[in-house]
Formats: sequence, structure tokens, C-alpha cells
Amino acid sequence: MKSRSFRYIRPASLAHAYQVLADANGDAVPIAGGQSLLAGLNMRLSAPKLLVDIGDLRELMHHSHVGDVVRLGALTRHGDLLRSELVRKHLPLLTQAAPHIGHIAIRNRGTLGGSLAYADPAAELPACAVALGATLVLGSCAGEREVKAEDFFKGLFETDLRPGELIVAVKFPVVENGTAAGFAELSRRHGDFAMVGLAAIVDMQRDRIDGARLVYFGCVDRAKVAHAVSAAVVGLRPPLAMSAALESAISQDLAPDDTPDMRADTKVHLAKVLTRRVLGGLAARAAA
Amino acid sequence: MSTTDLSGHEDIEVDATLNGKPLRRRVKARQHLADFLRQELELTGTHLGCEHGICGACTVLIDGRTARGCLTLAAQISGKSVETIEGLTENGMLADLQKEFIERNAAQCGFCSSGMLLTAHELLLSGETLSRADIREAMSGNMCRCTGYHAIIDAVEAVMTTRGRR
Repeated sequence: MKSRSFRYIRPASLAHAYQVLADANGDAVPIAGGQSLLAGLNMRLSAPKLLVDIGDLRELMHHSHVGDVVRLGALTRHGDLLRSELVRKHLPLLTQAAPHIGHIAIRNRGTLGGSLAYADPAAELPACAVALGATLVLGSCAGEREVKAEDFFKGLFETDLRPGELIVAVKFPVVENGTAAGFAELSRRHGDFAMVGLAAIVDMQRDRIDGARLVYFGCVDRAKVAHAVSAAVVGLRPPLAMSAALESAISQDLAPDDTPDMRADTKVHLAKVLTRRVLGGLAARAAA
Repeated sequence: MSTTDLSGHEDIEVDATLNGKPLRRRVKARQHLADFLRQELELTGTHLGCEHGICGACTVLIDGRTARGCLTLAAQISGKSVETIEGLTENGMLADLQKEFIERNAAQCGFCSSGMLLTAHELLLSGETLSRADIREAMSGNMCRCTGYHAIIDAVEAVMTTRGRR
């Protein structure tokens, strides 16, 4: 459980970090909180030649709320999501999701940008970013570009990040009045990886679902909108009950494979259970 | 203008605060903080169980918050303040927790105890009144393979109550 040798550098500025990454020609890996990366290095799942410690770069820590966009720096720690009033008020989905990320010591170190860049299919934040319609700000020597979260996740641990690029910040559209957030996750133990999870943003104007973005995680290869399910819940009114059409939409969107730890039909069953719980929670809040 | 370093090094100069005292050392880039504490500084109160962030035996405080010693590089602590079970025992911050752990036999083999104590320390610093379920959840990142969990939760709850009365 010891990593291979590597070189380490702590750039003095974001511009310096971009230079280091460009110079390394793809042999460098950025480290921020390191809560997934270092576990992987200790288990020798990867062996980068150079770690670029971006964990203290002020440029990646800024938070802002301008117009209808909340921008969170890539170094926002999971614990910050839990404690932030800005997040609680405008992005309650993240406040609901954060307690499920690892344990307190992990949340003290792990970062928003790190979780998105790692793109673990069982992670909470990629699913939340897609559900919220977030936009990622990516930076490199070539300048900055923006990519929508739903286009960013390409597959299992695979993203749109190019060599030499970093996640600088994430822009979230502010959740409007009448829009409700729901989150639920099933794991073997609290803090463990999700077997199945669900992040949902639901537009509940006039006591009826007008629009929805549901994103499952843990049972799919990457964070993506479950389009059939999101369409199937439109028009529902409290108590937002499950129906045969909704259940078949879940099977259609997920279409999981059997894996050594869980059969495909179990995953679909658990996804139905979570969907019922999340919709039930939203209905209860609508009635309150 | 000096040439900007672009390639990094395998030996890194660390300049940090450890248990309230300044610390300057050269470390191997690949060495994690728990190994550094144990092997280079002989601070063996920080234990190593799984070395991939699951068990919590290597818990230390970085700038006052718990962190996994195995998921932090020694090189990453530059400019930061690190506290270990040794420092917090010497300065008495854990005295009431340690006394309660002993009285309730919450430390059986003792392997998880330093991690448990530091996690409990951070949890109780807020001064909030927590339910037993809150305490269980907060302590869930630390494993006790003697499975002495009830005694540990009892001890943390008792200290919370005593501190609340003061």
C-alpha cells in the first residue's frame, strides 16, 4: 500500500500550474484534496510521473453569486458545501448530497473540482452537476473554455478534460422558486460508495410537475440525465405515485449490466425504490 | 528572472507547524503523512490500518480539521498546522475524552483509539448538542475491529454531556 515514486511540485500561481501541466506533456496529474487520487496511488492503480499540487491556489477558491449564477471555485471542499449559506439557499441539492460523500475527514479534504475530474460513476457530485444543469469552466495555457456538465462526462472515469487542462470553477444556475431538489442514495454502510443513487431537480409550479431532470448514479457508467424517466414524471401531481409507465422508463434509461457485486435486475429494483422515495419526499414537501 | 520550476522534485522541503512547534524537513514526495510521522519523526501514536482511506486509524488534524494521514502527502502539509494524538495528549485537549474512554473500556486493543479520539475531538468542538444517531454517523468513518462501538459512542456522548454542563 505504498505508491510508486513520483515528482511533486506546488505551483505558485494558476498560470504556473498551467505551464507545468503543458510542459509535462500528459505525464502530470493535478492533486487537490487527493482523497481518491492518493488511495489509487497507494494501491498502485496508477503511477503518474509528476503530481501538481493545486490545493492552495487562491484562484480556485473564489465563490460568487452574480445574477442567476452561483459560481463555486474548483477547490470548494465537500464540507464547505454543507456549511455554506449560499449553497443552502440557492443550491439545496448540493446541501442534501454532501453528507453522503465519504466521512467527515474525507469531506474536510476532498474538493468539488476533484470529484468532477475523477468522474467516478458512483460519486454524488457529478450526478448533481448534471441534474442542476451546471457548466464547468476549464482552464489551460490556451485559455478558458466552458463545457456543460452533461457533455463533460464521457464514460467510466472518462471526461472531456484535455491534457494540460484543469477545472477552474463550476457555474450553477440558481434554483428558482417552485423548483424542488430531491436526493437519495443506497449504500452498504453510511459513507460507502453508492450502489444506486438519485439526484433530482423538479419544477413543481401549480401543484404539477412541469419539468424534471433526474440523474441516477452508481448503477450507470457516467452521470447523465435519465431522459425517459424525466419525461415520464412530467404532468404528475401529488402524491407523485409510481406507475407502470414510470417503472418501464427506469428500466429503459438504466439498462444496467450484471456486475460481480450485483445483478442488473437488483439495480433496477433499487432505482425504483429510490425513485419512489425521492418523489414521495417531494410530494410531502409540496403539501407542507 | 530566475527559471521557473516546471518539473518538480522527488525530495521536497516541508515547512510546517507540528503539535505547535515549527517543523522543517526534507521528505520524499511519495511519502504519505502517516508514514512520515511514524518513520521519520517516531510519532507512532498515529496508526496505519488500510492505507486507502477506509479505516480512520491514521486520523490527524490539519489546520484544526480531521484528515486521513494516509490520503495526505507529507509534502502537502507545508504552510499548515498539523496536530497528532501526541500533541493533543500533551496539551490536555483530549484529557476528558481519554479518561472516559478508559473508564468505559472504550479502548480495547487500542489500535483505533487515537483516530477515534481525534474524530470525537473535532465533533465536540462545535459545542452543539448531538443525538446518539448524529454521533454514530460522525464516528462512522473510524473502524474498531474489536467492535467496541457502543462503549466508544457512550464515551463521546458522556463527554458531550459533561462539557455542556460546564
